[in-house]
Amino acid sequence: MADQKKKKLTPVQQEYQQLAKRHEPPRPLLRNFTRAFFTGGIICLIGQGIQEMFIRYFDFTEKTAGNPTTAVLIFLSALLTGLGVYDRIAQWAGAGTSVPVTGFANSIASAAIDHRSEGFVLGVGGNMFKLAGSVIVFGVFSAFVIGIVKTLIKMGG
Amino acid sequence: MRQGHQTWVFPSRPVILSTAAIGGPFEAKGPLGEDFDITHGDLMLGQDSWEKAEKVLLEEACDKALEKAGLQKEQVHFLLAGDLMNQIITSSFSARTLGIPYIGLFGACSTAMESLALGALLVDSQSADYVLAATGSHNGAAEKQYRYPTEYGSQKPPTAQWTVTGAGAAVVGNKGSGLRVHAATIGRIVDMGLSDPFNMGAAMAPAALSTIETHFRDMRLPHDHYDLVVTGDLGKVGHQILSELLPKHNVDIPLDRYIDCGKLIYGDNPTVWSGGSGCGCVATVTYGHLLRRMREGEWKRILVVATGALLSPISYQQGESIPCIAHAVAIEAEHPEEG
Repeated sequence: MADQKKKKLTPVQQEYQQLAKRHEPPRPLLRNFTRAFFTGGIICLIGQGIQEMFIRYFDFTEKTAGNPTTAVLIFLSALLTGLGVYDRIAQWAGAGTSVPVTGFANSIASAAIDHRSEGFVLGVGGNMFKLAGSVIVFGVFSAFVIGIVKTLIKMGG
Repeated sequence: MRQGHQTWVFPSRPVILSTAAIGGPFEAKGPLGEDFDITHGDLMLGQDSWEKAEKVLLEEACDKALEKAGLQKEQVHFLLAGDLMNQIITSSFSARTLGIPYIGLFGACSTAMESLALGALLVDSQSADYVLAATGSHNGAAEKQYRYPTEYGSQKPPTAQWTVTGAGAAVVGNKGSGLRVHAATIGRIVDMGLSDPFNMGAAMAPAALSTIETHFRDMRLPHDHYDLVVTGDLGKVGHQILSELLPKHNVDIPLDRYIDCGKLIYGDNPTVWSGGSGCGCVATVTYGHLLRRMREGEWKRILVVATGALLSPISYQQGESIPCIAHAVAIEAEHPEEG
């Protein structure tokens, strides 16, 4: 795909792109990875702490504590998004804040805030899943495919 | 009067009677904070949406420029304005408020010089006594339209740029004293096949080169003619690239006389990555900062080359590369030969 694209470029364009590439400051990958690893880990640690709290003080089992724990993390993420802090943390932490459920909540809350000015129905309702939508669509679809595969294997065995 | 293929020379040398620059909170804290006529502490400017805030910025820039020129809006024949919003709503809505006959322009971030060049042409051809050229951008509105929701947490690469919250306006007239517009070169689209919207500096640098090269060729001027050559919003990355391209194409502008507005507006602040961008970038830096220093006598002649990346969020998602353009305007002190 990338090669195909390159073939369409004229020699002048190719030469310029090489020159431009040389001036492109590299993404600090090692730093990004390290930060993502630790922030992601910290978020999970907080999640674990919340889960333990639900089990210890509110009579939940390990299995039933999952849902309220996720809800608390989503609430915190949406709150930080609303306060305008989450995007700043994310610029520092990268994938560390976008992969956990907090990133999903942030994508919905941020879109909802931005499109509030266009009203509740067409603005908030119509746009809040504009980033999260693809996660839901492909998440549900892959679950469906894997579900079928699993059923078929079970039927065969 | 056309000279060469792409350049207008204005024999009557239209006068820039006044300029105004309005900035947002982040711009106010930057190294050019003192050069704005009005700065705002609130990014929303007391409005309930980013788009409305951008409109207020542009209206304030127009009002301030008119006030400084001592003109009533009824005296201005045409308003030339453009911005980054879909259907250039900021400009059209400001024109609704002002009630001045209006020509809407879109040249993305090159609109500042596109409007100034056309304004000077109207005045020079005696089609108008006074024109108002204005443009602006707003960080929140641009992020929302071109990229992700403003509060969405996505990590940007070091080549990304920060859209300036600000607006600039200039009143051009056929008489009076002030800086003068000497010539303008209208650029052609240059597309080097780059398609990364987070690296606009690299995409736009060749367009700037093309216009600068053409300007000197059409005007038959030596490459060290200008005291300063300024590009619009190439940022650190684009500035570096153009600094390499210019000598490579035998355009021997002394590199210490070449600067970029996107580098100036926020200084070395690392949180803006490669630098500032947007219509408001070249408009506020030129109208607020550079022309002040010219009026103080620091430079006699400057060439402002506003660069624009003419992409849309849809064209980028459809895998199109970014067509870029640059327009240059030569501004001179009243008597550039003296001193």
